[in-house]
Amino acid sequence: MTRISLTVDGSKVADDVEPRMLLVQYLRERLGKTGTVVGCDTSNCGACTVHLDGTSVKSCNVLAVQADGAEVTTIEGLATGEDLHPVQEAFRECHGLQCGFCTPGMIMQSVALLEENPQPSEEEIRLGLEGNLCRCTGYHNIVKAVQQAAGQGAAS
Amino acid sequence: MTATQERAEVAQEIGRDRRRKEDQRLITGRTRWTDNITMPGMLHLAMVRSPFAHATITSIDKSEAEAAPNVVAVLTGADLGESQGTLINAWAITTDQVAPAHPPMPPDRVSFAGEVVAVVVARSAAEARDAAELVDVEYDELPAAVDLKAAARDEVLAHPDLGTNKSAFWKFDSAEAGTGGDVDEAIAKARDGGVVIEREYRQQRLIPAFMEPRSVVVDPTGEQITMWSATQIPHILRFALAATTGVPESKIRVIAPDVGGGFGGKLQTTPEEWLVFAIARRLGKPVKYTETRSESLMVGHHGRDQWQKLTLSAEKDGTVTGLKVELLADLGSYVSLIGGGVPVLGAFMFNAIYKFPAYQFNCQTVLTNKTWTDAYRGAGRPEATFAIERLMTELAAELDMDPLELREKNWIRHEEFPFTTVAGLEYDTGNYEAATAKAKEMFGYDELREEQRRRREAGDTVQLGIGVSTFTEMCGLAPSRVLGQLNYGAGGWEHASVRMLATGKVEVTTGASAHGQGHETAFSQIIADRLGVPFEDVEVLHGDTQVAQRGLDTYGSRSLVVGGEALVRAADKVIEKARPIAAHLLEASVDDLEFSGGRFSVKGTDQGMSIAEVSTAVFTAHDYPEGIEPQLDSDATYDPVNFNYPHGTHLCAMEVDTETGQVKMRKYVCVDDIGTIINPLIVSGQVHGGLVQGIAQALWEEAVYDDAGTLVSGSFTDYLLPTAADTISFDIDHTSSPSITNTLGTKGVGEAGTIASTPAVVNAVVDAVRHFGVNDIQMPCTPERVWKAVHDRDAGGGDPTTGAAAPHFDSSTGMDGTVDRTTGGTL
Amino acid sequence: MIPAPFDYLAPTSVEEALAALAEHGDDAKVLAGGQSLLPVLRMRLNAPEVVIDLGRIESLRGVRDEGDVVVVGAMTPHSVVASDPLVAEHAGLVSRAVEHLADAQIRHRGTFGGALAHADPAGDLGAPALALGAQFVIAGQGGSTRTVEADDFFVDLFETAIGEDELLTEVRLPKHTGWGAHYEKFVRVAHQWPIVAVAAAVKAEGGTITEARVGLTNMGSTPLRARAVEEALRGQPATEEAVREAASRAAEGCTPPSDLNGDADYRRHLATVLTRRAVLAAAGA
Repeated sequence: MTRISLTVDGSKVADDVEPRMLLVQYLRERLGKTGTVVGCDTSNCGACTVHLDGTSVKSCNVLAVQADGAEVTTIEGLATGEDLHPVQEAFRECHGLQCGFCTPGMIMQSVALLEENPQPSEEEIRLGLEGNLCRCTGYHNIVKAVQQAAGQGAAS
Repeated sequence: MTATQERAEVAQEIGRDRRRKEDQRLITGRTRWTDNITMPGMLHLAMVRSPFAHATITSIDKSEAEAAPNVVAVLTGADLGESQGTLINAWAITTDQVAPAHPPMPPDRVSFAGEVVAVVVARSAAEARDAAELVDVEYDELPAAVDLKAAARDEVLAHPDLGTNKSAFWKFDSAEAGTGGDVDEAIAKARDGGVVIEREYRQQRLIPAFMEPRSVVVDPTGEQITMWSATQIPHILRFALAATTGVPESKIRVIAPDVGGGFGGKLQTTPEEWLVFAIARRLGKPVKYTETRSESLMVGHHGRDQWQKLTLSAEKDGTVTGLKVELLADLGSYVSLIGGGVPVLGAFMFNAIYKFPAYQFNCQTVLTNKTWTDAYRGAGRPEATFAIERLMTELAAELDMDPLELREKNWIRHEEFPFTTVAGLEYDTGNYEAATAKAKEMFGYDELREEQRRRREAGDTVQLGIGVSTFTEMCGLAPSRVLGQLNYGAGGWEHASVRMLATGKVEVTTGASAHGQGHETAFSQIIADRLGVPFEDVEVLHGDTQVAQRGLDTYGSRSLVVGGEALVRAADKVIEKARPIAAHLLEASVDDLEFSGGRFSVKGTDQGMSIAEVSTAVFTAHDYPEGIEPQLDSDATYDPVNFNYPHGTHLCAMEVDTETGQVKMRKYVCVDDIGTIINPLIVSGQVHGGLVQGIAQALWEEAVYDDAGTLVSGSFTDYLLPTAADTISFDIDHTSSPSITNTLGTKGVGEAGTIASTPAVVNAVVDAVRHFGVNDIQMPCTPERVWKAVHDRDAGGGDPTTGAAAPHFDSSTGMDGTVDRTTGGTL
Repeated sequence: MIPAPFDYLAPTSVEEALAALAEHGDDAKVLAGGQSLLPVLRMRLNAPEVVIDLGRIESLRGVRDEGDVVVVGAMTPHSVVASDPLVAEHAGLVSRAVEHLADAQIRHRGTFGGALAHADPAGDLGAPALALGAQFVIAGQGGSTRTVEADDFFVDLFETAIGEDELLTEVRLPKHTGWGAHYEKFVRVAHQWPIVAVAAAVKAEGGTITEARVGLTNMGSTPLRARAVEEALRGQPATEEAVREAASRAAEGCTPPSDLNGDADYRRHLATVLTRRAVLAAAGA
């Protein structure tokens, strides 16, 4: 067991974990942050995307021990109280989700994308989301959602 | 009053692009996936799976695994015996169908790679996996039936004791059925003075690849045994568990909580569900199993996998005279829930929108040692649509006609509806002319044809192709009597109930259990209009057999056209129950009441009361008429009278780089006629998503097995799902010929995009390179296949996929890859 | 999806890391960004007893200018390399290759040295490193360091010149200031490893190619230099015809794999087309 301390969605947490525990497992099983999900075992699908010290990562591809001392934001920490993040709002407004399983990762990556490039072209949005698979939407409305969020200054 | 007028009056919610009720929890991570469930003392399973496609289990040494930390039990098929129950086939397509018994965990012989041979039960999932690595299974490998055509020749038997791989032969002949002429005569006649198009098409094996891996939890500690499962079919699952395990149906509760996509892939009863159920009962503890993606791709059922031999006859002017279909369909190693029936769902659709005078459909289902196949989005109908839309394009090319003109020459004209087809179905409504005209205009058909001509003449490296697909499908499964005639093991009705709460809120239950389609929103819109209550006041409950107790679940684009109709009827019953009570309270005659906008009013007066007020009145029950029960709750079971026939015209422009074979979508336009639209936003999502799944079959996806029967494309690294960067934004629109077989005039939309798009894309790719002498490219149209077809390395464009995966995740870091990097040649 | 158990060490200096390697040897795996290693562990294709995480060694991160070379620390994330102005100015070919490597999340986490040391022949960094003549600085036991030329670094499939008790600490990229660069990557879907890719850096003067460097991705068990093409290009005009002629030799001596995405012959053909396109794009033609 290794002792880790980190901040998750604004709360300080500390636990003894097995080194083999993945960050996503830690979030789900220890912290009950089940909004973040696991969709594959090869890091292709991006459903588990969270922000680690301000950048998007696939939390199935990070060990919990590697996050010691870090700040993690999940889909559950994105809204401010009742106020949704503009990207969350845009996904609903543009029907950018159906079953919703890819959605936490898709939203977290979209937020990261807009932080790095606040006014992306359609092509830049599509390339920026290449690490996130969705099987329901055909991506059409996801791209629209990111465009809408960008138009509303989501990155600010 | 006609149905049309009725609709016009109540159309307040129906047709609105309401934002979905479901989304608030999904965008904030407040979700209830099965894998989220934890319980005190819950145990976890890990599966030990066969690496071989076909083998006898000679011994299983469990001792080391049993001794591992926190392992509770290690169980084999022999240990569980009959307590594990059995997996059923609900649709024996013929009475003499050959089908192996299907135990969830066979004790003696495995018949596909990935089949479960032992289960480890431990206190954590990690410890279960650790111990699973310690189970020592010895096998005697048997020859495996892998290739479909070879299996059909019985060269190697998938199940030696059955004596054959041929499971069932199913035939429809229009001359025998009295719905049309003799197809062989038509073909013979066309060989002498007409045109005959003969082709063999491959429907490659696909994997549904829903994003949420399947998960199941069983809690046996209450009076009812409760199963949570990531399933499309909680009701059928409950029935099948009861039917095969001896546990009374009344002691089983099945819950499908939030379910992350299905596309037919969760229309299944799985070995894992049966094993979790059996082990939870055996140990008396809550038990959970969640599959990994690798497991999901390997053992979750696959789709398609057919060879289609097709003969189309026509006159020289392009008038079609006959169509003969001979299918080989790969069942995989078992005849699964409706696996054998999937190709039969296409049997009535090969003739599509065209007026064929003679038609024959033959299908041979075949057992192999591969993962079993079953429904995948469209189930039988994409295969049929692909075949006919490819053939009509080939006929047009043969006759040097525009593919749309040829289609128009043969399709059912709008004034000919209702139209009884050569396959015996009655199409109720449609207008192919209108959809096509709109699509052509949106697409800029003539301009793109002109660009195509320019590029061809200039010999551009990048050529342009235009693909057409004027599809229809039968959906809204299904009239129960028809299913009975097809020997299907269940009905096709759907159930709904409407509960009027004391506070005026409305609870609706539906047996059509959603997994991402937006039922909570669309059904709320229907009820809001029907009962005249606010959209926000309607709560849709589903996916729990104790809450929505009757149902036949979600598949076959049935939720709205069958489930929605049940809802309408239940709501109408509520109004009829409320009417005499309202009359009593208003001291008026029932005949003087009219109901509109959620309010009963007395004709010619300003007196009235809302249905919510009636709800409250029956709750207190202080004052209501004699001889009437004080409640409004109603339910309805609707058994459809016909299938439902959405149609549309899809136009696709593809650019093909003739130097590399790379294909790139330039433009995609579709105009679908799905009758009345309840929520255009939800419809657009269904269309976009359906399109991409169909496009993915045309261009990217293929489940590839090697010669030993191992799934090579067993991860998302090798089973290629498209990303946002591989797809484009689509231009979609609608025409509307409301269905006359349901009150709302709706038609199914869930599968339309998938069914229509695959042939549109392949037609476009072939069209781009037809001048190189290419008339077919096998799916998926990989750059390699396209390049070889163009450069005449392989005239048919059917170069087999090399059955080897690149070893990105192994070698120095793990096991050897399957790819041969030593010879520099093919394997 | 859960790795087998292992012990975890997180040294804070190269010396500590080397000591851990010396102690655990064969039983240990080095964790850099982990974007290839963790899937392998999760699928239990490998089960090391010890994982040595280099993530806490700050000295291994960053890009710096050292005269004729740009030095990239082994633990510098791809996303940092992709946006680094020094790399862009002096080793543009690396910028071109890294900007579309894998996906955004993996570029945030995966590291420059980790990917090169992993030595997947389909990895995007080998060909440009080879083409630019990168030097690999390898730290060994007892404070020793050695520098390995790119030509000697890639040994075989997933095998490099890094010894079992050694660490790659930095990669020195000789400056190719003013050279045109292009990375032509051929995939079926965006998140794939390249089926074939070509890295080309071209120095052109007045429409004539004075020097060209061409690296091939996934055309053998290691990244490869297309030397025949490089020689054929020297002194040629940067025209379609001349480059086509030179590029036709791209697959000479290659033994590409056959797999789901294409057979060896198809890859040989792709190499010639992609080489022409890469060189022309690099030459600004």
